[in-house]
Amino acid sequence: MSLPSALRHLVAATAIALLPITAQAAGVLHRGNGAEPETLDPQKSTGVPEANLQRDLFEGLVTEAADGKLIPGAATAWTASEDGLTYRFTLRPDGKWSDGTPVTAEDFVWSWRRLLDPAQASKYAFMLWPLKNAEKFSKGEIKDAAEIGVKAEGPGTLVVTLERPTPYLIGLLAHHASYPVNRKAIETHGDRWTRPGNLVGNGAFTLAEWTPQDRIRIDRSKTFHDVANVALDSVYYYPTEDIQAEYKRYRAGELDITYLIPPDQIAAARRDMPNDVRIVPYFGTYYYALNLTRAPFKDNVKLRQALSLAIDRDAIVEKVAKAGEMPAYAWVPPNTGNYRNPAIAIASKTQGEREAMAKTLLAEAGFGPGKPPVEVEILYNTNDLHKRVAIAVAAMWEQKLGVKARLVNQEWKVYLDMGREMQFDVRRAAWIGDYDDAWSFLELLKSDVGKQNPARYENPAYDDLLRRSAGERDLDARARLMAEAEVMMLNDVPIIPIWHYVSRALVKPYVKGRIDNVQDFHPSRWMSVAK
Amino acid sequence: MFRYAVARLLGAIPTLFALVTIAFFLVRLAPGGPFDEERQLPPEIEANLRRAYNLDAPLSAQYLRYLGDLARGDLGPSFKYKDYRVAELIATGLPVTARIGLSALVVAVVIGVACGAVAALRRNSWVDRLVMTLAMTGIAIPNFVVAPALTLLLGVYLRILPVGGWGDGAVRYLILPVVALALPKIAYVARLTRGSLAEVLGSPYIRTARAKGLRNGTILARHAARAALLPVVSYLGPTAAALLTGSVVIEQIFGIPGLGRYFVQGALNRDYTLVLGIVLFYGTLIILLNLLADLAYGWLDPRVRYD
Repeated sequence: MSLPSALRHLVAATAIALLPITAQAAGVLHRGNGAEPETLDPQKSTGVPEANLQRDLFEGLVTEAADGKLIPGAATAWTASEDGLTYRFTLRPDGKWSDGTPVTAEDFVWSWRRLLDPAQASKYAFMLWPLKNAEKFSKGEIKDAAEIGVKAEGPGTLVVTLERPTPYLIGLLAHHASYPVNRKAIETHGDRWTRPGNLVGNGAFTLAEWTPQDRIRIDRSKTFHDVANVALDSVYYYPTEDIQAEYKRYRAGELDITYLIPPDQIAAARRDMPNDVRIVPYFGTYYYALNLTRAPFKDNVKLRQALSLAIDRDAIVEKVAKAGEMPAYAWVPPNTGNYRNPAIAIASKTQGEREAMAKTLLAEAGFGPGKPPVEVEILYNTNDLHKRVAIAVAAMWEQKLGVKARLVNQEWKVYLDMGREMQFDVRRAAWIGDYDDAWSFLELLKSDVGKQNPARYENPAYDDLLRRSAGERDLDARARLMAEAEVMMLNDVPIIPIWHYVSRALVKPYVKGRIDNVQDFHPSRWMSVAK
Repeated sequence: MFRYAVARLLGAIPTLFALVTIAFFLVRLAPGGPFDEERQLPPEIEANLRRAYNLDAPLSAQYLRYLGDLARGDLGPSFKYKDYRVAELIATGLPVTARIGLSALVVAVVIGVACGAVAALRRNSWVDRLVMTLAMTGIAIPNFVVAPALTLLLGVYLRILPVGGWGDGAVRYLILPVVALALPKIAYVARLTRGSLAEVLGSPYIRTARAKGLRNGTILARHAARAALLPVVSYLGPTAAALLTGSVVIEQIFGIPGLGRYFVQGALNRDYTLVLGIVLFYGTLIILLNLLADLAYGWLDPRVRYD
């Protein structure tokens, strides 16, 4: 090739490369997914990006409808025994793995034993601890996996026996930790079983392509029992750690759905593309934890109450968070399953009334004008939003109560370490429920959960109410016991709820079947693209 | 020269050993661990995890074990990306980063040297001032400003280039990241070239060449260029290493599956093995590329001898 002709080719190639990006094929969806998945193994992962993918690749006994509600999945029906200790699941006869073999009860037995096996070191093994002997096996106290409360009765029936009645069991079974995994694929490929070509799942899609940090493509599974109703041919998942960059890729038409909306772009997005903005309540609470193991908060409930009352949640939500969050006075988010949220007394007062109460309580606690000021440190992980919230809270405490708050920010892992070792006075934190039941929030404040308890709150009466609720088979009675516990705990103020989260995403109007829901679960199997 | 290169390479082994050792213990000094999350794990499960990843052994035993694995060429599993080995992550990221990095390097050298030379030859003219002003601007404006501005203009408004992604390395996906990566380097190379070329042009041996009646082009190509490029060459060694290990800023903004993010994210995630693997890789690259730069020196500058 002579030089001029090479040059001509180069020019032509460049021109082609510069052509405007063409519209994307129908039947293909492009989803921003936050981060690169840590793993696609449903029994090893813990994060939301992983769960989004696994929801498409696998199916538990129970699964989620488009609106996030639980519906039969790999099981078509189930019955519970009178005492609530035994469940019998009937597996669907047409359930198949992506390699064409049937999904059997034995597959679930094997998968759950794998989840609970100490050698597997699954972080979410405790999801199945309600099963008989599961916790003991997971802790290495029992060696024989056959003692775990899960048995196959033939290929089509799975019998689950429990340690104690667990009303939220069905919710646990929709969690990725309880998904079946394919024994043959794992035994053949070992650690490489989650790679394209190796991964065998029973979900609506199969793994077609995985380039770390770039994209993951999944294709519609031909063996899925409901394949006739799966509209999408392929879904691309992109890691989008930089949310500003994700926002730009969405605006450029490269993504159909985003993982988030940058807080500073929400107003612009609402103005420029009102039909794309999806901001809805999300199953989580942003809160401040108080360290109950040391001064000034140890044995000082009035000081804690005063600090809680002095925080103007409305102002924080409107002026700082700004994404439509709900001011929170309760711990369990509204509309949680198997629950009726109790009325919280301070929620119905005005902020002025709350501040007057706060001043009285502070004086009763032995502080206030003429006394040395209370000094506290607010610990948060380095992040712009957390910083602005902490500044606002510190200002409110200073102005209303004369409490001096110093801000301390730490990089994420250092912050977690300090939180776990209780090296703080006040710590910013958040909790997202793992399953749709008040228990997934309330258990955090039990005295026997160890370092998981963010304030080291210890109240035997609270523990007792929750213990009784766990044994209660009547769902209404159980909900009343839990609500009573929540009110009791909130009154002790080990934690200060600040807002209930919203999920926020941009969704192109041509994407159908993505229904907003509080869990923010959006299986691709219900979605379609109509341009 | 061959003996010199071999001696340098042998000398690199203790350097790398020291590097790994320091990095191994430094990364363990940081508070927190790879498995810490908002949800605290039950102690038994945490113990299972530590056992599975051999973190329950004494630190010295872990160190020896790591060295043993290293000697067999195994960088270990990533603690964060559990489905991958560290070597695999480096192997998938390297071609991407290398492609972008080398493109940026070539662009930076070609344009930078050309601009610097023009500025040096037309010293104190408007051309010189224009080039140097642009160069200063290029150095002063950081990547994380240039990159979003470029994507906004060319990707979002004009829609002639993709805003992000890799697209299997198609040329149009390369353009913006390469430009964003090259801009500050162009500026730096231009300033280096101008400075050193101006100095060389004023030196006695160039005057001698002029006095002998050589033409300007010959003086520049035969005599001045070699000497003037020395500072550029020594700048290129570490710069090439930096470009080859990627830029976390550029990769995050453009969504490029390169190596750069592993360095920063690995440290933030306390992904011990990944951090060590990247440190080792980076160290090796720097040593090799500095050696190359030094060898190029000898070729360019007749005064340098390797004995």
